[in-house]
Amino acid sequence: MREPATPAPRDILDLAGLRLVPRRYYGRWIAAALILLIMGYIVKAFAEGQIEWTIVGQFMTAPAILAGLVNTVIMTACAMALGITLGVVFAVMVMSPNPVLKTVATFYIWLFRGTPLLLQLLIWFNLALVFPKMGIPGVFEARTVDIMTPFFATLLGLGMNQGAYTAEVVRAGILSVDVGQTEAAKSIGMTRLTTLRRIVLPQAMRFIIPPVGNEFIAMVKITSVASVIQFSEILRNAQTIYYANARVIELLLVAAAWYLMVVTVLQIGQFFLERHYAKGSGHSRPKAQQPEA
Amino acid sequence: MNNTLAIQNAAQSEVKPLVRVRRVSKYFGDFRALNEVSLDIPAGSVTCIVGPSGSGKSTLLRCLNQLEKINAGAIAIDGELLGFRLQGDALHELTDAEIARQRLNTGMVFQRFNLFGHLTALENIIEGPVTVLRQPRKQAIEIGEALLARVGLSAKRNSYPIELSGGQQQRVAIARALAMKPKLMLFDEPTSALDPELVGEVLTVMRELAGSGMTMIVVTHEMGFAREVGNEVIFMDHGEIIERGLPRAVLDNPTNARARDFVNAVIK
Repeated sequence: MREPATPAPRDILDLAGLRLVPRRYYGRWIAAALILLIMGYIVKAFAEGQIEWTIVGQFMTAPAILAGLVNTVIMTACAMALGITLGVVFAVMVMSPNPVLKTVATFYIWLFRGTPLLLQLLIWFNLALVFPKMGIPGVFEARTVDIMTPFFATLLGLGMNQGAYTAEVVRAGILSVDVGQTEAAKSIGMTRLTTLRRIVLPQAMRFIIPPVGNEFIAMVKITSVASVIQFSEILRNAQTIYYANARVIELLLVAAAWYLMVVTVLQIGQFFLERHYAKGSGHSRPKAQQPEA
Repeated sequence: MNNTLAIQNAAQSEVKPLVRVRRVSKYFGDFRALNEVSLDIPAGSVTCIVGPSGSGKSTLLRCLNQLEKINAGAIAIDGELLGFRLQGDALHELTDAEIARQRLNTGMVFQRFNLFGHLTALENIIEGPVTVLRQPRKQAIEIGEALLARVGLSAKRNSYPIELSGGQQQRVAIARALAMKPKLMLFDEPTSALDPELVGEVLTVMRELAGSGMTMIVVTHEMGFAREVGNEVIFMDHGEIIERGLPRAVLDNPTNARARDFVNAVIK
């Protein structure tokens, strides 16, 4: 008996003329819809809640708020500059073969990481209780209360605390650079410090910048802690205003908006900095290896 | 070949050897990497060090440019004692900066190239001349470009190491070492990390360098190179030199049993 003639089965590799149906991501659509719904609800709640939005807009550029903003930005920049400088110095000291430097740096990191930041700020601010006068006897002397202004006490408190943490970040960065780089630098006659400065640190930067960027952003907000020692940063100034006019939420929203703006600018800066230090790492140039010309 | 001639000339004219190693020992913990090694290297010669891994070849090389500190013995390069200054009847340990200056006498080429990853090929070469020798940047670039041309990589001037093949990286590394105008070039298994087809280009550069009269000490498994370019072959095992002589003698007809086993294993 002959089998009935059926059409020849299609070859699995013969794709000509077929319609392509892209994969569908139903989960994503549902999730996005849900999130939009929740967001809409929150926005609606805030819009209908007892918030005077005109007051928020009005105080965004109030002189006291802007002065606080400037203080916050200046303090963040100065404290991080001090922190990063101390961090690099102490990281190099901790890794030094010199036992004196190593011990000093280890002690510093232990001391400043081991006590609360708030407590350190209070100690700096109240230093006059211990040392009524400061300076080098006979050369320069001043009353401690005149030196330890809220600004200077905050700078020392935040900067020295930051230095202890950054030292560990920098140390991790240095450790991430291959020991072969150090040996090659030595072999062309570089001293230890030149090797660090010219060869190791530039390559460690790639590993140092993301966590330091993180800490930079944290610092913008930690400056608000200094309100306890009367440093007039943005949050303290916002509070001073709402103690007077009772517009609590409005002024807190003003401060929040400014913090977000400063942090956004910092994030953009970090992006460009990371791109700069990625050179030669293979993450900056998508170009594939070229065969020899 | 003029290999035999070079050695005879060196012996006859009684020139002071460029490198003198006397009873040098090196320990890593309890492990004895070098055991009272003594060695003279005449200027202008190519010495190839062969032997099984862990025999102390690389350690000896690293002691010659003080990447490792020796535990006993003494090394002199170009009449200068390494690591110490002789003053009266006392030996004074040198400072970090003085050791760095002594390293200028020796150029080193590493198995894993160790090019500076954040610098381009040309920047790798001029880094030492500019920051260590304080050469004017313009002059350093001119010399660097000439060296790149010498190793056949002028076109790769602005490439980062990651964009270069292993063979190209090693050629840049040789140029980087040469830029410091060393009296002695040390090669630590320069072709061991390369794909087989890239070994030739590096050996070609080394052959040219040997032809130019550079004093070279090469730790290698390339028996062909040792035979052809080497003035002398040194066989090391367990931290000791167990055989040395003309390449033909050591590689074709070793008297020592361990050397014979090794040569047979490598060649066959």
